[in-house]
Amino acid sequence: MNKPAIVIAALVLTAFGIAGTTLVAFTHHQTGDRIAENERQALLRQLDALVPVESVDNDMIADRVTVSDPEMLGAPETTVYIGRRTGEPVAAVFTTVAPNGYSGPVKLLVAVRRDGTLGGVRVVSHRETPGLGDKIELEKSEWILGFDGRSLGDPPAARWTVRKDGGDFDQFTGATITPRIVVTAVKKTLLYFRDHQQTLFATPKQTAATAGVSG
Amino acid sequence: MSEKTYREIVSDGLWNNNQALVALLGLCPLLAVTSSAVNGLGLGLATTLVLTLSNTTVSLIRNLVRPEIRLPVFVLVIASFVTAVELSMNAWFHGLYKVLGIFIPLIVTNCAIIGRAEAFAAHNPVPRALADGLSIGIGFTLVLVTLGGMRELVGQGTLFSDMHLMFGEGARGLELSVGDDYPGVLLAILPPGAFLGLGLLIALKNVIDDRLKRRQQPHRVSADTPEAEAA
Repeated sequence: MNKPAIVIAALVLTAFGIAGTTLVAFTHHQTGDRIAENERQALLRQLDALVPVESVDNDMIADRVTVSDPEMLGAPETTVYIGRRTGEPVAAVFTTVAPNGYSGPVKLLVAVRRDGTLGGVRVVSHRETPGLGDKIELEKSEWILGFDGRSLGDPPAARWTVRKDGGDFDQFTGATITPRIVVTAVKKTLLYFRDHQQTLFATPKQTAATAGVSG
Repeated sequence: MSEKTYREIVSDGLWNNNQALVALLGLCPLLAVTSSAVNGLGLGLATTLVLTLSNTTVSLIRNLVRPEIRLPVFVLVIASFVTAVELSMNAWFHGLYKVLGIFIPLIVTNCAIIGRAEAFAAHNPVPRALADGLSIGIGFTLVLVTLGGMRELVGQGTLFSDMHLMFGEGARGLELSVGDDYPGVLLAILPPGAFLGLGLLIALKNVIDDRLKRRQQPHRVSADTPEAEAA
């Protein structure tokens, strides 16, 4: 192949590179807002199920803190959404990760009310075995609702595990690992909340002054 | 090379040269995604869209691109379209996008798409390339939906569940169920179920082809050797 041919080929390839990038950039620009809104709506729906919209008057998605405690919360960084009503903290929703699932991490939302009881737990994403471990999803079974209203004292600490290990929570036929790690992750989140409640609730972003007094 | 008629293009895409059942291309997304009919339909439609767009584009530029750089250009065209489709799906079918997740980018690696670009679209005018992309895509989609439906029915005893992810809340009623006490067959949902199901579909296609052939030549006797027929 002589030199001009190589140059022409390179130019054609460059032209296609530019055209392809333009197409992707254009689509990204057109869909960006909608995708962000979709994700926001999905998160809002999940938060609403755990901390009812009526019980808070702040924007929970904006009022969040990022904490780091891989040992207790399962991920290098954990986002915590804070629900408040007239400036008073109502609940904290942890994006806890159970890192040791049967096939990879299980991402959870764990809502803890101010008094230390659970507002509820939901699974955000997981890769557990369909038909066995996936009963942790609310769409598949009501098992996850068993956490509602529980706290560190209910059941007592020793019984905060699945029945097979002498605890109070059911496992599924054929799948013990998945419920076990979810129960453990929720328990650890409650422990973290007990120890860090003050710092979590102390820092509202918009109204730092008032919270300093009340918190 | 004699020109294919449109009739041939369509029948090849849907049946004779079905990419999933005959060419066995695109197995990675095919096996991974087909745990339910709606997943198969979603991936099938996305693949069809990309295939039609890429075939048309490749055909449009077939005289412009030198042979030395045609493969990188095809890959570029396909990758751009897949990314655009992925973003659009995330924007307008968010629920389904979450289900199909990582398999949408995998359309890029579906060899059926670059295969059609190289084998057909690069040598044919635009309308024919478009028809080929559509028929191949629809043929692929039909296999995905059938396999997804089979696995869903055997595995969890439902058919067309979660259709609302694609067609809105009104489609919830489409779900058929064989009864609440159906125990479910886990094997069908797990990856081996995909291989078994695909094997059964290929066997079924071969049986049907065999029957058709025999019906067309009812009076043939053993004078024709099988080798001659195969050739």
